[in-house]
Amino acid sequence: MEAVSPTTGSASSMLEDVIVEIKDLTFSRGDRPIFKGVDIKIPRGKVTAIMGPSGTGKTTLLKLIGGQLRPDSGDIVVEGSSVPSLGRRDLFVIREKMGMLFQSGALFTDMNVFDNVAFPIRVHTQLPEEMIRDIVLMKLQAVGLRGAYALMPSELSGGMARRVALARAISLDPNIVMYDEPFTGQDPIAMGVLVNLIRRLNQALGHTSIIVSHDIQETLSIADYLYLIADGKVIAHGTPEQLKTIESEQVRQFVEGLPDGPVPFHYPAPDFVEQLMHKGVSR
Amino acid sequence: MIDFMQKLGHRTLSKLAAFGRSGQILFQSVVAKPAPVMMFPLLIKQIYFVGVLSLIIIVVSGLFIGMVLGLQGYTILVDYGSEQAVGQMVALSLVRELAPVVTALLFAGRAGSALTAEIGLMKATEQLASLEMIGVDPLRRIIAPRLYAGFICMPLLSMIFAVVGVWGAALVAVDWLGIYSGSYWANMQQSVDFMSDVVNGLIKAVVFGFVVTWIAVYQGYDCVPTSEGISQATTRTVVYSSLAVLGLDFILTALMFGDL
Amino acid sequence: MRMRTMEISVGFFMLIGFLALVVLALNVSGLNLASKGTGYKIYANFENIGGLTTRAKVSMSGVQIGEVTRIRLDPQMLMAEVEMEIYPDVDFLSTDSSAMILTSGLLGQQYIGIIPGGDVDVLAPGEFIYNTQSALVLEDLVGKFLMNQVSE
Repeated sequence: MEAVSPTTGSASSMLEDVIVEIKDLTFSRGDRPIFKGVDIKIPRGKVTAIMGPSGTGKTTLLKLIGGQLRPDSGDIVVEGSSVPSLGRRDLFVIREKMGMLFQSGALFTDMNVFDNVAFPIRVHTQLPEEMIRDIVLMKLQAVGLRGAYALMPSELSGGMARRVALARAISLDPNIVMYDEPFTGQDPIAMGVLVNLIRRLNQALGHTSIIVSHDIQETLSIADYLYLIADGKVIAHGTPEQLKTIESEQVRQFVEGLPDGPVPFHYPAPDFVEQLMHKGVSR
Repeated sequence: MIDFMQKLGHRTLSKLAAFGRSGQILFQSVVAKPAPVMMFPLLIKQIYFVGVLSLIIIVVSGLFIGMVLGLQGYTILVDYGSEQAVGQMVALSLVRELAPVVTALLFAGRAGSALTAEIGLMKATEQLASLEMIGVDPLRRIIAPRLYAGFICMPLLSMIFAVVGVWGAALVAVDWLGIYSGSYWANMQQSVDFMSDVVNGLIKAVVFGFVVTWIAVYQGYDCVPTSEGISQATTRTVVYSSLAVLGLDFILTALMFGDL
Repeated sequence: MRMRTMEISVGFFMLIGFLALVVLALNVSGLNLASKGTGYKIYANFENIGGLTTRAKVSMSGVQIGEVTRIRLDPQMLMAEVEMEIYPDVDFLSTDSSAMILTSGLLGQQYIGIIPGGDVDVLAPGEFIYNTQSALVLEDLVGKFLMNQVSE
């Protein structure tokens, strides 16, 4: 399956300043291969989305970039250093430049909102408490939750928890912010707020955003550049406009949300009628 | 047959791998350079959860076990006319065996299972992963304070258990059954040796505390991050640590009191 | 504020724990730091020490005056040599004192009883008590009793 890319000329001009480069990555969980030779370049200062159907290992990809998992082969270069070859200590140093918004928010349940946002600052800097307070309030103001600073994570709604987590992810002004399924399980209003927020923060703070998602409409609306992954490979990449013009059946199915196509509706199974007739459900 | 051999081999290998991972976790969280400034409040908090909150169950069970020992010891010893030895019997069995073992079993049920569930839930809600991404080693931030709290609390709890038990037995034997309190305490003091009984009991308690917290923390850290996985890990914590405590107790007793 | 109550309760807990250690040491095991290792040593040879063990008490008129610190077999005399540590304030044991191994109660622990003699000289550290009486071994006694029954 060849990666379908339209006019390569315009794409490469966009990718001149690459902050994260994934080269020929393979990774497998147990016997199940997840990535079979993936190449991705993520431009600095832009919103890059990595999309694909559920179960294609998009979250795994973020963990590989963050060095929480190690690839079987291939290389991941973040700002010039190869993540898989870093030692434990260097890994923690490079992670200070990354912020990550987890799918569940992953707020520390034993701290309130303020302390959650202050946590990375307290760990990595020796700033005086007043300064930390100002920074935290600024970050909370940016996500619109300054009034909720004293609440515990259990008192927040799902959308609010994700916004607090976003404030925490950007509290150290990282160069790269990774979003793991930021729109999943949100009501339309919270979704709109998040879409807006991700876009605005990216412009205001000038960091690189990597979004992993399968919510096609929201992602298309904010991403500068998209990669489409299926079956462990990049099947297409380009700007949203370019992606809409690609004729590949697989891409069409995903972008337009068709129920059946190259990604089948049915899990592989023996013939339906035959199985019914022979009552052949082996347990 | 070949299948059976393969299964056996597979199980052995996976158990060995699990043991290796647990050792790695232990090494990295205990030996790794501690960050004392951040560490101290965390440690206090964990001692509170692991130790202070276990205090009530330890005191109550210590009291009742002491009282039962006093009563049983009396009814047996009175047949031989040596009911004065009840203090000696109670103190020796408590200090040497019951205090460390029963405390460790209660500790595994009360604190160990809570540790596993807490860490497992942190893993399931991606809190551990997010700590890693923030650039904080969860082994040092989450695991290490809990391990240290376990080492510190177990011996203290075990000693409290022993004292309450001896006192409970005195309550039954002296105040209720009417043994002369002088002979109760004097017999006890004469037969219990500080070095060979109290200190050895203390060593047992430290070893048990170490093993139980290690198992609890490892099971939580290594669990499958789903609700089913957490419940299985919690069960495993209680089962494994109880078995480990009882097995180690025999080995330690043989080393300390048996003439090997 | 919550941290404060937590710290207080942890402090309280640690205190109780160490108090428990003190109680175990002083009240349960009767550890007496003051008299430990400050006494003087005397020796006695016995033909049979029965079940005497180290740390058994050494008493005079029922009052404890020391404890057994070491037991070994004297290879020349082929007798048990018992080392006793006597409290330093007991400095009036005469050279002709006698030592015997006694049993507290019928099945109780064995201990050494010392009966003072009439000599003016007192035992110096490291000296031997020559006048000794071995342990009463119950099996011997029963054996003798049965022999008597049979011979009658």
